[in-house]
Amino acid sequence: MYYLWVFLIGGFICMLGEMLLIYTNITSARILVTFVLIGVILQAFNIFAPISEFAKAGINVPIIGFGASLAKGAINAVQSKGLLGAFTGGLEATAGGIAAAVIFAFLFALIFRSRTK
Amino acid sequence: MDEIKRNQAYNRYVKAKIPKTHAWPSLFNSFWVGGVICCLGQGINDLILLWFPNMAEQNAWAYTLIVLIFLASFLTGIGIYDKIGKFAGGGSIVPITGFSNSITSPAIEFKHEGIIYGIFVKMFSIAGPVIVTGVISSFIVGIIYLFI
Repeated sequence: MYYLWVFLIGGFICMLGEMLLIYTNITSARILVTFVLIGVILQAFNIFAPISEFAKAGINVPIIGFGASLAKGAINAVQSKGLLGAFTGGLEATAGGIAAAVIFAFLFALIFRSRTK
Repeated sequence: MDEIKRNQAYNRYVKAKIPKTHAWPSLFNSFWVGGVICCLGQGINDLILLWFPNMAEQNAWAYTLIVLIFLASFLTGIGIYDKIGKFAGGGSIVPITGFSNSITSPAIEFKHEGIIYGIFVKMFSIAGPVIVTGVISSFIVGIIYLFI
């Protein structure tokens, strides 16, 4: 029943984000930046993989997973390409997500109009 | 002296006017909505691996995130994601769907300013800092791993 772990850990991470929102009044852009940095740091110290082992989507779906794959891409690329890898690795590993977000955003921006809030 | 008093009074006024969200219900909502989004991601990932058993785990995750990004972008387009966001707060920002929402939402909102200066420029108003952070920090990590 690993879905329980996915739910609990994913929910907990999101709740941390909500806590930052409530108690520090920081903006959502800063929350995203903070969690990306957390992911990069977890990956840099090799803590991400053991957590991901049992948390699965619980930590891969939050933006922490995005940060972790950036760092993982850079680390792997450095080991195979040397210095060039430090420049290319991070974006290469996350290119799919960034490109998807840009493409779908453009598509739906063409289709839908903004509604009055 | 007068100015200080005025500022204090103003700060008190602002504090009184800031809408108070009761902490516990909103923490609970962000918890379960975030958990459900993660479970949805896990479900998509399991389905992908079920249909394409030979796919590498990393690629399966990439597809999972792309599907989630698509869904969030679409829900933003039809106006549902904003409602989820109002209800769940952090539960809708922290998952990758929040990243997708942060790109699609300004793209739609500033559409009337034109394709290049509206959609293309505003698209990255929130996602830009995220990508810049990611590139710089992953570069630093890469450099560190180069020397150890």
